[in-house]
Amino acid sequence: MSTTDPYAGERETTEGKVYTVTGGDWDTVLGGADPLNEERLVVNMGPQHPSTHGVLRLVLELEGETVTNARTVIGYLHTGIEKNLEYRNWTQGTTFVTRMDYLAPIFNETGYCLGVEKLLGIEVPERATTIRVLMMELNRIASHLVWLATTGMELGALSMMIYGFREREQILDIFEHVTGLRMNHAYVRPGGVVADLPPDTETKIRAFLAEMPEHLKEYEDLLSGNTIWRKRTQGVGYLDVTGCIALGVTGPVLRSAGLPWDLRRVEPYCGYETYEFDVVTQDGGDVWSRYLVRLEEIRQSLRIVEQALDRLAPGPVMVQDKKIAWPAQLALGADGLGNSLDHVKKIMGQSMEALIHHFKLVTEGFRVPAGQVYVPIESPRGELGFHVVSDGGTRPFRVHVREPSFVNLQAFPAMVEGGPIADAIASGASLDPVMGGVDR
Amino acid sequence: MSEPSRKSGIDLPGASGAVGTTTGGSQQSTQRGMFGVSGSGDTSGFGGLVRPKVVPGASGRPYGGYFDEVVDALTDALGGAEGYDGAVRGAVVDRDELTLHIERERIADVCALLRDDPALRFELLSSVSGVDYPEQAERLHVAYHLTSMTYRRRIRLEVSVTAEDPHVASVTATYPTADWQERETWDMFGVVFDGHPGLTRILMPDDWDGHPQRKDYPLGGVPVEYKGAEIPPPDTRRAYR
Repeated sequence: MSTTDPYAGERETTEGKVYTVTGGDWDTVLGGADPLNEERLVVNMGPQHPSTHGVLRLVLELEGETVTNARTVIGYLHTGIEKNLEYRNWTQGTTFVTRMDYLAPIFNETGYCLGVEKLLGIEVPERATTIRVLMMELNRIASHLVWLATTGMELGALSMMIYGFREREQILDIFEHVTGLRMNHAYVRPGGVVADLPPDTETKIRAFLAEMPEHLKEYEDLLSGNTIWRKRTQGVGYLDVTGCIALGVTGPVLRSAGLPWDLRRVEPYCGYETYEFDVVTQDGGDVWSRYLVRLEEIRQSLRIVEQALDRLAPGPVMVQDKKIAWPAQLALGADGLGNSLDHVKKIMGQSMEALIHHFKLVTEGFRVPAGQVYVPIESPRGELGFHVVSDGGTRPFRVHVREPSFVNLQAFPAMVEGGPIADAIASGASLDPVMGGVDR
Repeated sequence: MSEPSRKSGIDLPGASGAVGTTTGGSQQSTQRGMFGVSGSGDTSGFGGLVRPKVVPGASGRPYGGYFDEVVDALTDALGGAEGYDGAVRGAVVDRDELTLHIERERIADVCALLRDDPALRFELLSSVSGVDYPEQAERLHVAYHLTSMTYRRRIRLEVSVTAEDPHVASVTATYPTADWQERETWDMFGVVFDGHPGLTRILMPDDWDGHPQRKDYPLGGVPVEYKGAEIPPPDTRRAYR
């Protein structure tokens, strides 16, 4: 079968086929009948691609470098967490939800626990709430730092990645000190938190607070004035307020378009109405604005962490109701939560009733009155909502998570279609999707 | 304005109701036994336990808070009490949350009214999710969580359908954000959203059989051996339900 080359004419001679490759007539090129450029290219990016934040698959239809059609394919990290929750008791649920959005585990745990507590109709102690706020805001900083680091890397600012992960490591050290684990803490439990802060936590956090503003200035020095960074982000991935709300996009992306919608301020929970902080907005609606919003939100979170530290008063960190609270202050070991030797001694040697109670609570769990609630909180990526349904049993009847990553990712085609393929990376990164949360 | 009379929906038994509160719950079904064991003799005596499962029942006026204003505004938007009764089966106020049970073919136009009416302005559809109540005739429920950013209000709409005829009108024309969330509800529960631009599976593979979040779909899993003993998979373990 002979192939014809559109750019080289051919003729048969007695010596064989002869091609004319000296270039053609400009008219044929300008006439628009360019057979090569008429070909639309479908590029499959992912699911294994360094710039797609995990296992996100992008199907891009290209004309030259311009993306004409973009589709996202998800589900590669679907682990059935919502289904699994229906087969464990209410307390065990935290160990599952913490694994969804693995960059914001404390938010998942707190959102879930607020839902369970609303169903139970209980109030958690003041100190537990303050610790939750403290941990959530540290987690928000860590999450934004990962965003800054990975987005920097994807847009060519490799040093930003190293700096971002360096400071995040300090927060993970604090988390490890408090919960025993760097990630997947299961630290927040229905009724409070699992253990009080170890004695020297405050010193560690204050040291971090003192150091962090200097680092934020470093990031700004590195990126804000950088021509490449500005050109890669300004005017890229535009989405205005109307587009955001129609597509359900919340969080920093919505605030970067100019709407000061922050659930910590508009529908306060965990006592956020008593903390002083600014809701950060920008009006560009582009990747650059999202960068500015996230950077400033780190500063605001530092303010909240400081206020939370100041108001930490001694007190219980778990509800007093012994039918809900697990019966021991467990010791923290090097590999996570350990045992409480005092408690073991009591239930094994002294009190049969305590042993029965311990056994019942740990194996059977507690019952939650039937009903359903929806509890939204402001995660680093937007509205994280927990729709928790109970049928009155010891296990959740149904838990649905309104994951901001999942909902926000729908905006990807709206941001990238019509732009160059390089901007697709910047736009996708600016949504900050975490696939563990998207697929659950 | 006059209080709309309520029809008793399948999930709203006992719609009479004390003023301002729920009716104190209505019984859905009963729970028997304690350990969730079946197929073996009961030696504990706990097998004879019978407990009612009580879920919050329909509420009467006033609902309290902004709920009355929302329901009044919705009644006006639907053209009075008659229009309201044609679209809304009933209201449940529980734990400071308002749930309106909507007829399945009316959900799309009720959503359009809720978004566009100046007195309602529910601009954001926060979440769409399914719940499977296997004991009810209309077992598949779809819950819509709406947020009004203008008035800072939240309500929940609920639609219920049978598993044999699981058709619900899609709200994607009003709320484009429902696209993926309805696909997820189709994928997980098998609810068909009529009018959706492309109702395909989203989390499970395209050729998957069944809808995993339904209650009769097994969790799966294999038994594991631990120190000589065999631990059954989570859904077949003895459990205290």
